[in-house]
Amino acid sequence: MGDTLNINNKAQQQNTYDAIVVGSGISGGWAAKELCEKGLKTLVLERGRNVVHIKDYTGTNKDPWELPHRGSNDNKDREESPIQSKCYAYNEVSGKFFVNDKEHPYNQVKPFDWIRGYHVGGRSLMWGRQCYRWSDIDFEANAKDGFGVDWPIRYKDIAPWYDYVEPFVGISGSIENLPQLPDGRFLPPMEMNCIEKQVSERIKSNFSDGRRMIIGRTANHTAKVGDRGPCQYRNKCQDGCPFGGYFSSNAATLPAAARTGNMTLRPFSIVQEVIYDKGTKKAKGVRIIDAETMKTEEYYAKIIFLNASTLGTTHILLNSASDAFPNGLGNSSGQVGHNLMDHHYDVGAYGESDDFADQYYYGRRPNGIYIPRFRNISEATKQKEYVRGFGYQGDGGRGRRSINEGIGAEYKESLTEPGKWSLGIGSWGEHLPYYENVARLSKDKKDKWGLPLLDIDCEYKANELAMRKDMMNSAAEMLEKAGLKNVGTYDAMPPPGFCIHEMGTARMGRDPKTSVLNANNQMHDVKNIFITDGSCMASSACQNPSVTYMALTARACHFAVNELKKRNI
Amino acid sequence: MNRREALSSVALLLGGTIVGTEFFLSGCKPERKYGESLNLSPDDISFLDEVGETILPTTASSPGAKATKIGEFMKTIVNDCYEDKDQKTFLEGMQKLNDACKTKNGKMFLDCDDKQRHDFLVDLDKEQKEYMNKKKPEDPSHYFRMMKELTLWGYFTSEIGATKALRYIAVPGKYEGCVPYKKGDKAWAT
Repeated sequence: MGDTLNINNKAQQQNTYDAIVVGSGISGGWAAKELCEKGLKTLVLERGRNVVHIKDYTGTNKDPWELPHRGSNDNKDREESPIQSKCYAYNEVSGKFFVNDKEHPYNQVKPFDWIRGYHVGGRSLMWGRQCYRWSDIDFEANAKDGFGVDWPIRYKDIAPWYDYVEPFVGISGSIENLPQLPDGRFLPPMEMNCIEKQVSERIKSNFSDGRRMIIGRTANHTAKVGDRGPCQYRNKCQDGCPFGGYFSSNAATLPAAARTGNMTLRPFSIVQEVIYDKGTKKAKGVRIIDAETMKTEEYYAKIIFLNASTLGTTHILLNSASDAFPNGLGNSSGQVGHNLMDHHYDVGAYGESDDFADQYYYGRRPNGIYIPRFRNISEATKQKEYVRGFGYQGDGGRGRRSINEGIGAEYKESLTEPGKWSLGIGSWGEHLPYYENVARLSKDKKDKWGLPLLDIDCEYKANELAMRKDMMNSAAEMLEKAGLKNVGTYDAMPPPGFCIHEMGTARMGRDPKTSVLNANNQMHDVKNIFITDGSCMASSACQNPSVTYMALTARACHFAVNELKKRNI
Repeated sequence: MNRREALSSVALLLGGTIVGTEFFLSGCKPERKYGESLNLSPDDISFLDEVGETILPTTASSPGAKATKIGEFMKTIVNDCYEDKDQKTFLEGMQKLNDACKTKNGKMFLDCDDKQRHDFLVDLDKEQKEYMNKKKPEDPSHYFRMMKELTLWGYFTSEIGATKALRYIAVPGKYEGCVPYKKGDKAWAT
């Protein structure tokens, strides 16, 4: 009897850490780094396989002709992963960093493209790397127009944490002094090319509302960041970078966490549920399923950071129902899973120019231009048809001539020269938080580990559709006023999810009755749980969100460790 | 092992002669059919090599599509990446191309000289352009459009196409947004 107790205690001790971080993507990597550097013995659980920086970026050094399909997807990709393989970043080399859709199903109540990477580093390996701060225009939006709940923080609360994470991330960008897009601590900006410079100047001079076209702010390193980089301008980031030229968990935060000696990384660990202790009203630990052996195991810690990605974290909370929380852990508000947002995008315009025939460019810049939001940022820019706003990303270049021009030697020679300069811009628009946009646990369908699937029921509504018209028309208007010719427009209207900015299902707020997390990303209901992935977002703004997740994560880690020291949790 | 030996050994395995063996060995073969299955034969590949070479021929500045094994590339992409209906269009298109050539020039594509091949494909190119402009979105592509697309794609992403017809630098190391360009300078491959 005594022996058994000892063994159990020992086993429990072996599985006990100061902190558990669920997920190793862009926010989980930061939680791991911060908690480890603050001296906490930290267990990082990742549901997929390990991907070791550089070593596991197989194929990234291949030239196009060394790839059987020259980089393209094939029928097998489309059969095994019909959703993932539609993603712009999915190719013959990077495809291995995306999940197999057949193995990881979910239910689309309405069309929803859920793009995922289940491996160490998550989507930080294949992300788009654009990094834009939010401003008070974004943090005040919910309070002002009444959609969603008021953010419990303002820009001044997060600004020091943007300052803190940016130099480590290594973001290149230009200083612009724009109120709607605060500047950050940047590495030197990348250069615009001829047509981008011209269009940028002409937008500035043709519009009186302060619109600007600036160089993109990207987590590609224009100078060395510690031992990482600099960027070599191959533009193959999604294949994994052997130069460490861009920020990822694999290249940056996880190695930093490992260097402290405090991190234990456990791949193939699917968190089934968080174990809640009714007596202490705290989470005791997590129960995992080993993805390979199918065996369950428990791990314990004083604090738990959920960074499993928006829908992953939603799944864990909903699947952690108990007597105390019959609707899912920390869900006394009933908001968990609701208010799902993405950005609506893939709409814009393009045009061409006869200028600069004697100019070209060198290198493949893994970055473009950015047109910060210019609608609904002041009384003068207020729109009647919709609230909130949108920004644009795009780039200019010189393509080669089109297929429609001939046969034979002369045709071949014409194809070997660059064509006209052209420039395209595409828009990213804010998606409002609607309660009825929701992810729930399926009542009958399960995955191969016996866990219920997610039912995802999400759509764009009237505000987004009205905004979209302006997104397209304003794009064409800007390019025409900038002097481009043959200006055309497009609207691909992909379903939600496809922008890979899903967020909002465990939102921050001031009132525990209407929100899940407080101003420090701490669960209102369970004080030793922190959620700092996209699910914490109370609104979506229109900026790419990752750097905001990173800043919120570092801020929450700082708070959590102080609370631990004060014995408040 | 040559063709005759191969057939003989098959015959040995089967313990006798194969029906029709003598007919094949006699060299008096029936009229060629191209693209009979996705498992394109060496003759099919040579045929596609010549179609590709006519679209993008060897010039003073760089080798043509044939040097990049464009037929093999077409086979790979059609097999691995094309949908069923497009595979069908492509395979049938090989024979259609040859038939159309016979109608125009009175002989098979491979029996034509370079100029005849060129002039024939110029006409076929016009036909595909007109068809592609008029077709409904759900209609299949024109078979020659497919061959031309594959030729351009395969050629300019081949080592020869990327490094001799175009310029390719695997690791540029820097980005410059405006550098001088003079007529005749080659375009970047990627």
